[in-house]
Amino acid sequence: MALYSEKVMDHFRNPRNVGILEDANGVGEVGNAKCGDIMKMYLKIEDGVVKDVKFETFGCGSAIASSSMATELIKGKPVSEVKQLTNKAVADALDGLPAYKMHCSVLAEEAIQSALEDYQKRTGNKI
Amino acid sequence: MIYADNAATTKMSRRALETLISFNEKFWGNPSSLYTHGQNAKEALEQARRDIASLINAQPGEIYFTSGGSESDNQAILSAAETGKKTGKKHIVSTAFEHHAVLHTLENLKKEGFEITLLDVHSNGIVKAEDVDEAIRDDTCLVSVMYANNEIGTIQPIKEIGSICKKRGVPFHTDAVQAVGHIPIDVTGDNIDMLSASAHKFHGPKGVGFLYVKKGIRLSSLIEGGAQERGKRAGTENVPAIAAMAEALKESIGKIAEKTETLVIMRNRLIKGISEIPHSSLNGDPEKRLPGNVSFCFEGIEGEALLLLLDDRGICASSGSACTSGSLDPSHVLLAIGRVHDVAHGSLRLSIDDTVTDDDVDYIVASVKEVVEYLRGFSPIWRDLVSGKKEFIL
Repeated sequence: MALYSEKVMDHFRNPRNVGILEDANGVGEVGNAKCGDIMKMYLKIEDGVVKDVKFETFGCGSAIASSSMATELIKGKPVSEVKQLTNKAVADALDGLPAYKMHCSVLAEEAIQSALEDYQKRTGNKI
Repeated sequence: MIYADNAATTKMSRRALETLISFNEKFWGNPSSLYTHGQNAKEALEQARRDIASLINAQPGEIYFTSGGSESDNQAILSAAETGKKTGKKHIVSTAFEHHAVLHTLENLKKEGFEITLLDVHSNGIVKAEDVDEAIRDDTCLVSVMYANNEIGTIQPIKEIGSICKKRGVPFHTDAVQAVGHIPIDVTGDNIDMLSASAHKFHGPKGVGFLYVKKGIRLSSLIEGGAQERGKRAGTENVPAIAAMAEALKESIGKIAEKTETLVIMRNRLIKGISEIPHSSLNGDPEKRLPGNVSFCFEGIEGEALLLLLDDRGICASSGSACTSGSLDPSHVLLAIGRVHDVAHGSLRLSIDDTVTDDDVDYIVASVKEVVEYLRGFSPIWRDLVSGKKEFIL
C-alpha cells in the first residue's frame, strides 16, 4: 500500500502548469515556510475566464500534487465557477489524500481565492 | 534499490537469520520448563546473555532482554525515577535531542512532579560534559544522554559523562540504540550504569533488544507476570530472536574496525559531493559522527518531496521534515542544533552500511543534486531567495 494514490503521485511527478506567469493579473501566495508549505498561484484572467494559470510550491508531495490538480481544475473555467472551487474538490480529483494531508488541498483552495482577490484589487473587476 | 536508511532499520544478516530459523527448529521449548527440551532453550538464552555481556564488557547478570530500544529506555528511566521518588530525588538531567522514547518518558515524569533539565547540544550536536557536571544537583536521580544521535549521528562524550556521574554519585543511562554494533562500547570502562540497545539496528531481528543494568542499580519491572529475566521482565523469552541478536552483535562488533574504514571513506565522499549543492549544510559535527551517517539541510525545498523523488530513483532515505513525521513541526533534533524551521523542513538523512559501493555513492550524490535542483526550480521560497527578496540562511 503506497502512501499516496496513483493520481497524487502522477501530479507530483509530472506537475501540470508549473512555473510563473509574467503577465498574470492575479497572484496569490499562502502558507508559510515555518510550517513547511508555501503555494503561489498566478492567474491570467480575460473576459471573466481563467485563460492561463501557473503555480510554484514549496512543500511535500501532496502539496505539489494539490497545486497541480487545482490548476487543472480551474484552467479555462469562468471566474464565477473558479470562485466555487473547494479543497474537497481538489482532494477528490486526486482520489483522496491521507487525513493529515488534507491541509494541502486547503492551501490550494486558499491560494486560488487569494489570487482572485488580488485580481479584483488590481483590476477593480468584480468577481 | 540502494538502501541508505540503516538508522531506521537494518537488513538482518545471513548469520542472524540462520540462527533465527535454526533456533526456532531446535530451541523452541519454553526456557522456564524443567524438562530437557525447555532447559536446552534456557541454555541457549543464557549463552546469548553471556555473549552479549562480553561484547560490551559487562557481566551476564547485568543483561536484561527486552522488546527493543523503546522498552529499554522506558524501563531504565522509570526505574531510576522510582528509586528517586523513594529518596526524595526528583530531578533528571538529559538532552534536548534524545529519542522520543526518552523525551516522552521524561515528559510523563514531569506530571509526577519531576524536574527535567534538558541540556543544550550546541550547533555541532554534541553535549558538553561540563554542562552535565553543572546541571547535576543534590536531588538528581538520573543522567540520561544518548550515545549517538539517531538523526545527525553525532557521538556524545560518554566516557567523560560517565566519569562525572560516577564522581557525583548519580546513575548514568545512555540510549545507545544507534551506537551498539557500530562503534566500540565498553560499559565498564565508560562508567555506564544503564544502556539501551535494539537488535534491528545492528542487523538483528526486530522486536528484540536489551538493557544493560550495572550490578547494584535498582531495576523495576514494566511488565508484570512470570519470573523471567530475574523478575524484571515478565513474558516467555523469544529465545530464537535473542540468539539471533547475539549472533548479529558478534558479527557487527567483529567487523567494526574494517567496516568503519570503508564507511568513513564513503560517508566523507557523500558529504563532499552533497556539500557542492549551493545553500546546503551538513548537520552535526563532521568528524565526531557515526561512520555511516550523513545529514543535510537544503534551503528552499521540503524533505518529503525530496524523499519521494529519491524513492523514484531507487534510493531509500529519510528526512526530519514535518511532513514525514505527520506533525506540524520539523524534527526536534534539527531545532535543537539551531536550525530554523524553514531550513529544518528541507532535511535529508542518509545512513549507509558497509554494502555501499563507490557507484552507489556517485549515484546518490548525482540524484540528490538533481532532485534538489528540480524542486528548487518551482519553489516560491527559492525564487525569493535568489531574487534577493529573502536572505539565505545557509
